[in-house]
Amino acid sequence: MAANARESLHATESPRATAARPLDAERVRRDFPILSRSVHGKPLVYLDSAASAQRPLAVVRAVEDYELNSHANVHRGVHLLSQEATAAYEGARERVRRFLNARSTREIVFVRGTTEAINLVAQAYARPQLGPGDEILITALEHHANIVPWQMVRDQTGCALVVAPINRRGELILDEFRARLGARTRLVAAAHVSNALGTVLPVAEIIAAAHARGVPVLLDGAQAVPHQRIDVRALECDFYAFSGHKLYGPTGIGVLYGREQLLAAMPPWQGGGDMILSVTFERSTYNEPPWRFEAGTPNMSGAVGLAAAVDYLEGLGIEAIGAHERALLEEATAALERIPGLTIIGTAAHKAAVISFTLAGIHPHDLGTVLDSEGVAVRTGHHCAMPVMEFFGVPATARASFACYNTHEDVRRLVEALEAARKVFG
Amino acid sequence: MELKDLYRDVILDHNRVPRNFGRLDAADAHAEGHNPLCGDRLTLTLKLAGERIEDIRFEGHGCAISTASASLMTEAVKGKDRATIRGLFDRVHALLTEPGGGAAGAELGKLAALSGVREFPARVKCASLCWHTLNAALASSATPVTTELPDEAPSALGERLTEKR
Repeated sequence: MAANARESLHATESPRATAARPLDAERVRRDFPILSRSVHGKPLVYLDSAASAQRPLAVVRAVEDYELNSHANVHRGVHLLSQEATAAYEGARERVRRFLNARSTREIVFVRGTTEAINLVAQAYARPQLGPGDEILITALEHHANIVPWQMVRDQTGCALVVAPINRRGELILDEFRARLGARTRLVAAAHVSNALGTVLPVAEIIAAAHARGVPVLLDGAQAVPHQRIDVRALECDFYAFSGHKLYGPTGIGVLYGREQLLAAMPPWQGGGDMILSVTFERSTYNEPPWRFEAGTPNMSGAVGLAAAVDYLEGLGIEAIGAHERALLEEATAALERIPGLTIIGTAAHKAAVISFTLAGIHPHDLGTVLDSEGVAVRTGHHCAMPVMEFFGVPATARASFACYNTHEDVRRLVEALEAARKVFG
Repeated sequence: MELKDLYRDVILDHNRVPRNFGRLDAADAHAEGHNPLCGDRLTLTLKLAGERIEDIRFEGHGCAISTASASLMTEAVKGKDRATIRGLFDRVHALLTEPGGGAAGAELGKLAALSGVREFPARVKCASLCWHTLNAALASSATPVTTELPDEAPSALGERLTEKR
């Protein structure tokens, strides 16, 4: 009851008031049991949330409760469990709709993750209507998941894939983007936040420029959703894709938001149960969106976990999380810049809590191993963004990413571990 | 799992000052190796005298383990014939992948410095890339070697390129 009372109180608070209440990261950490384990005999410092965030107890318990008490198949039986499972699954859809401020749950398609969301748009929106002479415009900052599906459409339809370049800070060059937006552009697909560098893209400008030419825009929001409030109506984007597991939710569940008119005009991309209204051997009638795009038994427990993650996130306050992470980003950036030989890759003016870097004389892979032995988990490699690595002339980087549960102590331990690495290779 | 066991002095030394680094002009055999997961790239050039490797060079970029392993390998195989190299490959493979290192350490000389890699499963591919590349070069394979092929063709030495994990 107390929690509910607090929840309803929050609902009446203005975003400004929420932002003024700072995040108590030490308290937040207690919600994530995994953070109290040790790694190689040292307390874990988890700086790889951009790859996958940890789950709070609230998410684990929501999934457990569903599995233990309410599981059955959805949209099928008249029996009680099936009704409960359906209510839980469709309730999660409504929760996500509110989270994104979408107009209707018909605009919320559950998918496996961002990758599947983008593939859905590629195959069900782009492929049926594009042909030679048409162009898809992406940016040089994209994750492979926002490159390869479009290359597949290009090879299937004969359309062209056009790439808007970035500058040495890792920022999209807006003028170059606008210059590539032409009479032939049929779709723009861009990251909201770059996973490899942390750059926040100027999505309002991207969408305004594209819409001025009548071109729809898909945003890959995988790295944006955990850090800032997403309002798809304010953004006026046409498609928005994200994954549950970057948002403190389960893996195997994600969301494609699509404007209702667009989804309604799209053919299904996978056939099977649940996506049809009637089937004969001659023909089938397809279900309405969003179910038209959810063939087969969906990931119900994942959807329940995702809804719990959204509750958790909004309970902490997304603005408060963003402010907390910005403070850590500034602190870590300043501390890392003081380390001799350390180069930060990606120095955009507007960044999410991600720092990609190299350390002179130490390959990122070795750095990852030394840091791991110090209990510090970072990602090393090309971050599924090989074109970004190529642009900066590095085979790989180390990447530290911060989340709601990271602390000043984590930054201190990262710096200490980097000094240890310099000693090993000194 | 001790970091010192992975980054032994021999490894750090060969990483800092790689031996036989570069490219042989007019090589009799060459091969390229690539580990797409960490971006390691390696080119081997060989001069052959019958069954023997008369000279060998490697170039490319990679982590300390892959650089040191390639450097140590070039020293170990120079002047050796194919049969001896095959034996070395087997022992290095066992050293890197088998519990206890297949008791191969004693006969390996400096190569035994790689025994610590075994305790770091994510790094085994770094150490073995150069050996697979050497196999490909000796087989005069024109196909680039990768650690990520789902089903590799057996090389001329009859080794499968997949790691035992």
